[in-house]
Amino acid sequence: MSLIIDHIDKSFGALKALDQIDFEVRDGELFGLIGPDGAGKSTLFRIMASLLIPEAGRCTMHGYDVVKDYREVRKIIGYMPGRFSLYMDLTVEENLAFYARVFGTTVTENYDLIRDVYEQIAPFKKRLAGKLSGGMKQKLALSCALIHRPQILLLDEPTTGVDAVSRREFWEMLKGIQKQGICTVVSTPYMDEAEMCDRVAMIQKGKLLDISDPSRPAPEEAPLLYSLKSNKGVYAYLDQIRNMEACKHAWLFGDQLHVTLRTEEGAVEMRALIESWGDPSITWKAIRPSIEDRFMGLMEHGSESQLTNGEQI
Amino acid sequence: MRILFTLLVKEFKQIFRNRMLLPLMFVLPVVQMILLTYAASLEMKGIRMAVVDQDHSQASRLLVSRFQGSPFFEMNLATSDYLEALSELTSDKVDVILHMQHGFEKKLYAEKETSLQLVVNAINTTEAGLINSYCTRIVNDYNGQIRAEWFVSDGAGMMKTLDIIPKYWYNPLLDYKIYMFSGILVIIVTLIGMLLTALNLVREKEMGTTEQINVTPIRKYQFLLAKLLPFMIIALFELAFGLVLGRLLFGLPMVGSLGLLFLFTCIYLLVVLGIGLFLSTISQTQQQLMFMAFFFMITFMLMSGIFTPADSMPPWAQKINLLNPVAYFMKVIRMILLKGSGFGDITREFYSLCIYATLILTLAITNYRKTT
Repeated sequence: MSLIIDHIDKSFGALKALDQIDFEVRDGELFGLIGPDGAGKSTLFRIMASLLIPEAGRCTMHGYDVVKDYREVRKIIGYMPGRFSLYMDLTVEENLAFYARVFGTTVTENYDLIRDVYEQIAPFKKRLAGKLSGGMKQKLALSCALIHRPQILLLDEPTTGVDAVSRREFWEMLKGIQKQGICTVVSTPYMDEAEMCDRVAMIQKGKLLDISDPSRPAPEEAPLLYSLKSNKGVYAYLDQIRNMEACKHAWLFGDQLHVTLRTEEGAVEMRALIESWGDPSITWKAIRPSIEDRFMGLMEHGSESQLTNGEQI
Repeated sequence: MRILFTLLVKEFKQIFRNRMLLPLMFVLPVVQMILLTYAASLEMKGIRMAVVDQDHSQASRLLVSRFQGSPFFEMNLATSDYLEALSELTSDKVDVILHMQHGFEKKLYAEKETSLQLVVNAINTTEAGLINSYCTRIVNDYNGQIRAEWFVSDGAGMMKTLDIIPKYWYNPLLDYKIYMFSGILVIIVTLIGMLLTALNLVREKEMGTTEQINVTPIRKYQFLLAKLLPFMIIALFELAFGLVLGRLLFGLPMVGSLGLLFLFTCIYLLVVLGIGLFLSTISQTQQQLMFMAFFFMITFMLMSGIFTPADSMPPWAQKINLLNPVAYFMKVIRMILLKGSGFGDITREFYSLCIYATLILTLAITNYRKTT
C-alpha cells in the first residue's frame, strides 16, 4: 500500500471537516477523490501533505507517518495545492529550477519524468509564471511537483478553472505519469473526470460515502435507474416525476432526467405517467448507473436536504 | 547551505525584478534626505512682525531698528494702534507684535527700567518658543547697549557685566542640517528593515506560496534567514549610500569609526527585522500589516528624539523609550558621527540592543512556527 488513511478526524471549531475517513491507495494507482465544494477534500490533502495535523487517526505514506516523520514524507511526495502556489514573479524555468535545487536535484536529471508535461509549456519558459494561462499554470505546477521524482503525487483539484481541452490533456498526462509507477491521488469536483481514475472515493460533508471502481462492472441489479429525454426539454416534467409514488429520487443530468425507482414494478406507473403527457419526442430507457448517479444516490441517502444541492453538481 | 543559497538567489531575483520596489528604495530615500534635511529645520527666518510704537521716541526707534537689522524678522506693519496689530495677528498676517507704550523712553531714563509687550501667536508652540527666544535675545542685546552707554556717560568706567559666549561642542555652527540628516538616515534604515521585510513575508502568505514551500525540505530557519538577510544587506547598503550622500551634500562629519557604526547598525537591524517578522506573523494581509507597522513606525520615530530631545521627555515616557529601538540608534548614530564616540561610550546601548534582538527574534520565530 502506498498510502494508508486510518480513521482520520479533523475539526475547525464547531465544523467537523473530516469524520472517520478511512481508505488505502495501492502502489501505482490513480486514485480519485470526488465531492462537492466544502466536502473536506482540500483538508484531507493538507493532512496527507503533512501541512495539517489530524485530531485522531493516522496517515502514512509508504510507511512514513505524516505527523511523526513529516520530513521523510516531504521528500517522497509531490503536492500541488488547489490554489496556484508558485512564484508569479519568477519565470517558468526559474520556478522549475528553484524547486529542483531545493530538493537537491536538477531539471536535467529528472527531465524524462516531466518531458510530456513540460514540453507543452517550454515555448513560454522565459515568461513569468503570473502571466501564464490557467491551463499552463497547472502544467507548470505539475512539473514542479514532479521534478524531484516523488513516489506519491497529491493533486488537489488540478483542473478547476481550466478549459475542457486542457482538462483532457491534463488527464492524459496523469495517465502517462501513472505508467512511470508514481501513485497519484487526485481530487476533482467533475464527475466525468472521476471516470478516468482506477478507483474513486466519494466524500461529502467530511464523510466517506463510498469507494467505487469505474472499470469494474456494476453488480447485476434489477434496472431501477431510468433516463428520460425529450426534445421539449425535461425540466418541466421534473416535479411530476418526483411526485410519483414509485419515484425514489429524480434529478437533472445534463439534458436528461435520471429517475431512480423504489421497486422494479414502479416502471408501470412511470410508463402510464409519461404516456399521459402525450409528448411524441420523449424517449426513456433503463441505464447502468455512472459514478455521478451513484454519488447522487448516496448523497440523497445521506440527507434529504441535499436534493437541491445535488442538482447543481 | 545549498538550500539557503538557492533561496537567497530567488529572493534577490524577486527584489531586483520588482520594477516599483527597487527604484523606490533608492529614489525615495534620496528625496527624503534632501527634502527633509532642508525642510525640517528649526531655524526660523522671515518672522512677520507688527510694531506698535506709541512712544515715537529715540529709544523705541532704536529697538525697532535692531529688529529690522536682524535677518530673522521682517516688518509687516508699523502702527500706533494696538488693536489694528492684534487683528492682523488674529487673521494670521503677522506672527508677533512688539508693543511699546507711551512713556517707554521716559520711564527708561527716569526709573532706569521700562517695560514692553510681546504678543506671540502660539498656535504652533515650537514656533512661538523660537520667536520668543529670538526676540528676547535682541531685547537683551539692546539692554546691554543702553547700559554700556550709560556707564560711559556716567563716567563710571568700564562696564562690568556677565557676558556669556557659548561654545557649541560637536556641532560648532549649530548646523541643524547635519543633526537632521543623521536622524533621517535612521528612519530610512528602519523603514527598509522593518516594513519591507514584513511586507515580503506577508505577501508570500497572501499569495499562498508558503503552501508549496512548506512541503519541501526547506527548514523554517533557512526560509526566514533567506527572508531577513537580503533586506539587512539592502539596509546596510542604503546606510552607506546615505553617508556618502550626506558627506557630499551637507559635509556630514564622520568623526567616529564607521566600522563601529556598521556593527551597531547590524545589531539594530536584527531588532528591527525581528519586529517586522513578528508583525508579519500576527497579520494575514498586507493591509493589516501596513496599519500595524505604521503605528509602530510613527510612535518609535516621534519618541526617538529625531525632532525633540528624548532626554526632555517625562520619566514615564523615557521608560517606554527603553523599548524603542529607534531611540537607541538615533542616539548612537549621532554619538558616533558627530562626537566620535568609541565602543566604550555606547556599551549600554549596544548590549541593550543585543538582548532586545535575542528576545524579539526568539518571540517572532516561535510565533512564526505556530501560525504555519
